[in-house]
Amino acid sequence: MRTTLLSEALPDAGWNGSGPLVEVDDIHLSFEGVKAIDGVSFEVSNHELFAIIGPNGAGKTSIFNCLSGVYRPQEGSIRFLGNSIISTKPWKIAAMGMARTFQNIELFPNMTVLDNLMLGRHSSLDYGFVSAMVRAGRAERSETQNRQIVEAIIQFLELEPVRKSYVAMLPYGIQKRVELGRALAMSPKLLLLDEPAAGMNTEETEDMARFIMDIKRELGIGMILVEHDMRVVMDLADTVLAMDFGKPITIGRPRDVQENEDVINAYLGRPHAVVETQPGGTA
Amino acid sequence: MSHLSRFTSYKHDSAILPTTTQRVWFGILILTGALLPLYLVSLIDGRSWLILFATAFVAAIGAIGLNIITGFAGQVSLGQAFFIGVGAYTATALGSPAVLGPDGAVELIGFDLGMVIWLPAAGLVAALAGVIIAPIAFRLEGLYLALVTLGLVFVGAHVFRNWTALTGGVGKGREAAELSVLGYRFDLDSQILGFSITREQQIYWVMLVILIVMAVLAKNLVRSKDGRAFAAIRDRGVAAELMGVNQTKYKTLAFAISSFYAGITGALLFTVTGFIEPTSFNLLLSIAYIAMVVIGGLASIAGSIMGALFIILLPKLIDLLFLGDVIDAVIGWIPGLGSQTGDAPLTSAQIERILFGVLIVVFLIVEPLGLNGIWIRIRNYWKAFPFSY
Repeated sequence: MRTTLLSEALPDAGWNGSGPLVEVDDIHLSFEGVKAIDGVSFEVSNHELFAIIGPNGAGKTSIFNCLSGVYRPQEGSIRFLGNSIISTKPWKIAAMGMARTFQNIELFPNMTVLDNLMLGRHSSLDYGFVSAMVRAGRAERSETQNRQIVEAIIQFLELEPVRKSYVAMLPYGIQKRVELGRALAMSPKLLLLDEPAAGMNTEETEDMARFIMDIKRELGIGMILVEHDMRVVMDLADTVLAMDFGKPITIGRPRDVQENEDVINAYLGRPHAVVETQPGGTA
Repeated sequence: MSHLSRFTSYKHDSAILPTTTQRVWFGILILTGALLPLYLVSLIDGRSWLILFATAFVAAIGAIGLNIITGFAGQVSLGQAFFIGVGAYTATALGSPAVLGPDGAVELIGFDLGMVIWLPAAGLVAALAGVIIAPIAFRLEGLYLALVTLGLVFVGAHVFRNWTALTGGVGKGREAAELSVLGYRFDLDSQILGFSITREQQIYWVMLVILIVMAVLAKNLVRSKDGRAFAAIRDRGVAAELMGVNQTKYKTLAFAISSFYAGITGALLFTVTGFIEPTSFNLLLSIAYIAMVVIGGLASIAGSIMGALFIILLPKLIDLLFLGDVIDAVIGWIPGLGSQTGDAPLTSAQIERILFGVLIVVFLIVEPLGLNGIWIRIRNYWKAFPFSY
C-alpha cells in the first residue's frame, strides 16, 4: 500500500516556469557520412507526454542522446528550461533536471537497488567528501532525508522485497522498473523513457504503462517516450512524432499519426514522404 | 537473531554495524587486537611477531587506498609503490634532521618537524601526486591505465635512486622519521604506571589505532554519496555521467584519496624498521598491494585489512606450515629447475614471490571475492544454521 503521493515525496520534481520545457530546433547529427538526425524540430511543454516513433534506425535514441548531452548535434539548437544546452556536460544537464532510462538497461549491476536509487539522488545530496568520511551531522541528515524520498519511490514501484538485492541478480522486468525508479529519484523536470516496455510480457507492459500514467498524473512532469509497442503509445501519448531515416514524417495527435499513410508506409518499408530540410540547411 | 531485527530508522539501517550482535563481535575483535601484544611479548620470537603485525596494520592502510581506486572506483592502478615512496620521503625529509657533509653543505634534506606535521603532510603530498596523475585516467581505462601507472613506478624508482640529497642514494639510504608525538617516543622501551612496555608493543598499538581511524574514515566514504559515485563510474561510466556524476571530479577524488592512504603507509612503514632504502619502491611492492586487494576482496574495506594481514604474515605462515620444504620438494622434482638451485633451499623471499603469484591465480579463479567473500559465506552459513538457506 502506498502512503504518499509522488508529488509529496518529490517536491522538487517538475517545473514552474512558463514556456516550453524543451525546444529542439532543426538539429542535424551525422557520424562521418551517415546522417542520424536530419532536421528535426519539436517542442515539449510542461505536463505533456510526447512520443517519438519510427522504425529501427530512425534516429529516436540519437535524439535522446542529443538531449542528454552524449552527442552534440553539428547544427541546430536545443533549449531546456529556456537555456541552451547544446554544449553543456551530461552531468550538468542531469543536475538541471533531465532524467532518462535506457533501451538496454544501464543500471549499476554491482550495486543494490537502494544504492542505484540513491545514486539518482546524487545531485541533491549536498555534502563534501570530508563530511562523508567523518560522517558529520550534515552527511547523516542528508543521507536520511534522501533515503526517505527513495523509499517513497520504492513503495510506488513496489520494489520493497528487492530493496537490498544486487541489481545483476534481478529479472529483466524488475530491472526495467528499477531503472525507472532511478530516473524518478533524480526529481526530474523532464523524463526521457527509451522503450520502457521493450522485451516485457503483457502484464509487465501494463504495469509499466500504469506507472507512467501515475507519474504523469501525480507529478505532472513532461515526458518524452520512445516506444515500439503502439498500444502503449496510443494510450499514453498526447503528441506523437513519427520519424524515418533521421527525418520527421509527421507530428500530431496519436490517432492522426496512426492513420497517416506515410507513417504506415514507413513501417512497411514502402516509399513515403518526409518533411524535407528547410532551404539553407547543408543537407 | 541479528538478521531478524527490525530497524526503526534509516540512520540505524545504514549504520556500519547495524545489529547488536555485530557490534559485540566487533568489540571483541578490537579488544583482542588491543590485548594481543600483552601475550605476544611473552613469546621467544614475540618481537618479530609484534613488528610483523605492526607492518601489516600499516600495509592495510595502503591496501585500503588501493582498494578505493581499484576495487571501488574501478581504475586499475599499479602505481601504489610510487605513491608509497612519495609519502615515505615526504615524511622522512620533514621528520628527520638535516645531515651536513664535512664541508658544511647539506648532504640530506631534513626539517626535523614533529609527527603531527610529517604524517598528514606525507598523505597530502602523495594526494597531490595523485591529482596530477588523475587526468591520465580521464582518457585511459583498464589495461592501458594499468600500464601507465606501471610506468610511474619506474619513473619513481629512477628519481628515488638518483635524488641522493633526498634519499641518500642506493646502498646508503637514510633514517626514517621519528615516531614521536609531543616529545613522547613510541620507538623506545618505556614505563607507564609501573608497567614496562617494549618498543615493539608501542609501535603495534600506534599502528593499530591509526589503522582503525583510517579504516573507519574509508568505510564512511564508501557508504556515502562519493562511494556510490565511485562504484557507478566503475560499473557504467557513461550512465553515471547521465545521472549527474561528474566523472572528472570523482576520478580525481578517488586518485587523491587513494594516494593519501598510500602516502600515510609510506610515512609509517619505515618507522618500524627505522631505515629507508631507495630501491624498496619497485614493481614487486606494487604487486604485493595488488595481491592484498585481490586476495582480501575487491571493493571491501574489511577485505583490504584481511589481505594485508595475510600477505605480511605470509613468511611466518610459510615457516609455521613448513611450506618452504614443500615448495622445495616440488621444485626438486622438476628436471632442470631443481639442479639450478642445487642443494641450497630457496630463500623465504623467493618462496614468498612464488606464493604471491600462485595465490593471486588461485583466488581469482576459485574465490574472486577474496577472503572477505569466504568470510561472508561462513557468516551466512551460521546465520541460517541448521538450515542450508
